[in-house]
Order: sequence, then structure tokens, then C-alpha cells
Amino acid sequence: MNDIIIKNITRIVIPFAQIYGIFVILNGHVSPGGGFAGGAIIGTSLILYTLVFGREKGRKKFSHKASEIAETGGILIYVIVGLIGLVVAGRFLTNLGAGFPEGVIGNIISGGMIPILMIGIGIKVASTMISLFNLLIDEAI
Amino acid sequence: MVILNVVIVVFLILCALAIGKIKDLLGAVILFSAYSLMMSVLWLILKTPDVAITEAAIGAGVTSILFFAVISKTKRYEK
Repeated sequence: MNDIIIKNITRIVIPFAQIYGIFVILNGHVSPGGGFAGGAIIGTSLILYTLVFGREKGRKKFSHKASEIAETGGILIYVIVGLIGLVVAGRFLTNLGAGFPEGVIGNIISGGMIPILMIGIGIKVASTMISLFNLLIDEAI
Repeated sequence: MVILNVVIVVFLILCALAIGKIKDLLGAVILFSAYSLMMSVLWLILKTPDVAITEAAIGAGVTSILFFAVISKTKRYEK
């Protein structure tokens, strides 16, 4: 699309959308939302960038290689945090029993490992959204 | 509040019937997006803001864009 209005509005809107997605992810354990919803918001902003500025610029910003690394990294965060609980306390995803700090209830840093899990899920979902869209666009029929 | 609920549910039913009837697939996707947006308002009224956020992001955003991508690869009108 070669419309100057759409391009400028997109440049303004995308940072706000991504900040809101990060806010939803980080507040996942004290307010509505969480890793999945916040990751979907960030993925939608990346899809908007690819739609407006074209496939080539989108590939330059978020390539297939980066998408692979983000997807595997996100799920690895989840598995490694779960394995820490398995090794220390004997059960997968053990939270406070495995020595994660409890924090003050209601703060961002509270709930043990839940914020770390939320960050992992958010990275995974965001990169999955953008790579689904790229796969559908690149597919030749 | 009851009247708002009834209006939203009637809108949802009309949208669902229209999606089944319409021949233009692009219009069907736009109707589906409107359905998802109203559904997220209904989730908010039912006091589940978590589901409302997810419905607005996934149902009205990502699903519509994926359907648009598929339509751009195939035909727009149903035979």
C-alpha cells in the first residue's frame, strides 16, 4: 500500500500497541490478561507493519530466522522453569516450594515464577502469529 | 443492563445468520469480525475481562487478517 496517511498512522500506532501488549504480559498475574492475550496484541502489531510496509520490509524487521529463535526460545523458557521445579522440589512447575521469591501480593514482582512463564508464553505467541501470517502470504498456489 | 444484553444477543444471532447466507466471502469475514467485537463486549458484561481481551485480539484481529490472506489467494465470490 502506498498511502501516506496509512503509513504515518501506522508509524504512530504501532509503538502504543506494543507497549500495551508488554503491559498486559507483565501484569498477567495481578490483572486480567496474560501471556496469550499480550502476545496476540504484539503479534497483531507486527502483522500490521507487514501489511502496510510490504513483505520485504517486514522480513527485514522480523526475519524467519528471528521467528524460529523466538518460538523455540519462548517455549524453552517455560520448559526450563518447569524443570527447575522438577529438580529442586520433585514436581514439574513447582512454584514457591522450589525457592522462587514470593514478593508482595499485588506488586509486579510477586507470585514466584508466574511472570517468567508469562514472558515466555508472550514471546512464543507473538512470533507464532507473525509466522502464521507470513506462511499464508508466501504460499504459492 | 438487561436491554443491552438483549440487543447484543439479537445482533449476534443476526450476524451469525447473515454469515451463513451471504455469497460475498469478504463481507462474510467483515461480518465475522463485527460478531467477534460484539462478543467481546458481551464477555465484558459477563464479568470475564480476560476472555474479552483475548476475543478482541484473536477473534476480531488475527482471525480476520488470516481469512483475508486466504481470500486474496483464492476467489472472492462463492458459486
